[in-house]
Amino acid sequence: MALNNIYNDILMDHNMHPDHKHKLTAASDYKVAINPQCSEDEVLIKKGINPSCGDEIVLEINVENNIIKDAAFNGQGCAVSQASTDIMAELVIGKSVEEALALTDLFIKMVRGEETDEKKLEQLDEAVALKDVAHMPARVKCAVLAWHTLSEMLKERQNK
Amino acid sequence: MNQYKNYFPIMRHNKNLAYLDNAATTQKPDMVIDAIADYYKQKNANPLRGLYELSQKATDAYENARKKIAAFINAPKEQEIIYTRNASESLNIIAYCLSDLLLKPDDEILISIMEHHSNMIPWQQAAKRHNAKLIYLYPDKNGCITTDELKSKLSAKTKILSLTHVSNVLGTMQNIKELIAIAHSNNTVVSVDGAQAIPHAKIDVDKLDCDFYSFSGHKMYAPMGIGILYGKQTYLEKMPPFLTGGEMIDYVDEQTATFAELPYKFEAGTQNVGGAVGLAAAIDFMQSISYDTIIKRETALSESAGNQLSRLPYVTIYGDKDYTKHHGVIAFNIEGVHPHDVASLMDAGDVAIRGGHHCAQPLMRYLKCNFCCRASMAFYNDEEDINKLVERVKYIRSYFHGAQ
Repeated sequence: MALNNIYNDILMDHNMHPDHKHKLTAASDYKVAINPQCSEDEVLIKKGINPSCGDEIVLEINVENNIIKDAAFNGQGCAVSQASTDIMAELVIGKSVEEALALTDLFIKMVRGEETDEKKLEQLDEAVALKDVAHMPARVKCAVLAWHTLSEMLKERQNK
Repeated sequence: MNQYKNYFPIMRHNKNLAYLDNAATTQKPDMVIDAIADYYKQKNANPLRGLYELSQKATDAYENARKKIAAFINAPKEQEIIYTRNASESLNIIAYCLSDLLLKPDDEILISIMEHHSNMIPWQQAAKRHNAKLIYLYPDKNGCITTDELKSKLSAKTKILSLTHVSNVLGTMQNIKELIAIAHSNNTVVSVDGAQAIPHAKIDVDKLDCDFYSFSGHKMYAPMGIGILYGKQTYLEKMPPFLTGGEMIDYVDEQTATFAELPYKFEAGTQNVGGAVGLAAAIDFMQSISYDTIIKRETALSESAGNQLSRLPYVTIYGDKDYTKHHGVIAFNIEGVHPHDVASLMDAGDVAIRGGHHCAQPLMRYLKCNFCCRASMAFYNDEEDINKLVERVKYIRSYFHGAQ
């Protein structure tokens, strides 16, 4: 399998120029949003870590009326983990919490090679660029880090 | 293919592969694989227990291997050679049993920031159990612990010094003999982690005068699952056993037991005789190649890799600038490319290296890099492998950041 299928233009572009890699909230007190669109009680923040490789991201989202209004991240990791996070942020902005959860589920199935129906995968938009990670099991954890983190933070919100 | 690669079936089956992850594990030559197969075909039985000829053959194979290992590292007595699963287990035994023997609250244990997690976490745990302090030594810019650094940290409370002989990231060898002498003059017991030293340098534990020396078979052409703990008899006899159960006992009644003599006190349960036989064969193999050849080839390869990579302005190499002192290990980063991406893209070009924290996270933070790539050479590697590595580094950098 050509590795360039994974390190393709879409992934490389999101890795080198991530639109959503910034702070959504003040680092000292993340309840106080610096983004004027964020109201105090609607900012969620969660850290995701891959302990075996040390990749870590801090994911922040702003939910208003059950819609993800904004998403941002910080952290460090390989190109696969960073690009995957940026692509995910782009995808879920404007989606409802339920839609975002369905998308994370679909993405995780795709990179595990469990879902290959191209019609269904179209919903993932640019995230389809990470499909071939399924052929590189050692890197699956890099691709799914952000998606797992988002899924967990949304489920925690639902359970509150 | 060079004559040395030809000894290794994996190399014969993967002619295009530049295997540069020898610090993680070395490949196994025919001589070792055949010795293990012959043992299981001709001698396998439970050693030490069976009252029949085949068991005696297994026992002889096990004990003859011990003799060979003792001679290989010049251990004064065979009973001072304990079989373990790997260097990590050896280090755990020392940290657990020696700390039980020596430590009181407020005592101090000295280790270095360069330690592999295997020589760090067991001491963190030991310090916690005994309310002792874990104190770190820091290297100079070349990756060496100076005698001044050691002297400044030693005190009347320092009971144990546990130090790597060769760093698994920086490749630098500590002046361990001198450091041991200083520690001994302070009545400090010294344990040496030799996992990365023994594949690259002749070890003489008697001359070093270390109290303990640990290593793994699989990093020196032997199979995985066999390791060695050398310890001075005086300490091993006083230390409590680590694992208890079968074959490590002398006499057992309902409430108490007495323990077997050395080395069996530390060898509970049925042992890895095939592994011991494989380790003995690996010693024969290394001696047939000779340390002179091994050292000469690995030094030349480290120097070539270090010199070529250091010419690339976007590459940072960690450790001594004299690459002949790297013992086959070149740790580096390509500016702007994460080591995991480097390792994956190296793989696409048939080059196997490791990227990550190398089980040395505190050292990574000390070096301010968090992660790095590590190319590690063995004597069977050659200039062609190094050239492939260097070409791949150039390609990966240009793939991420355009041609330089």
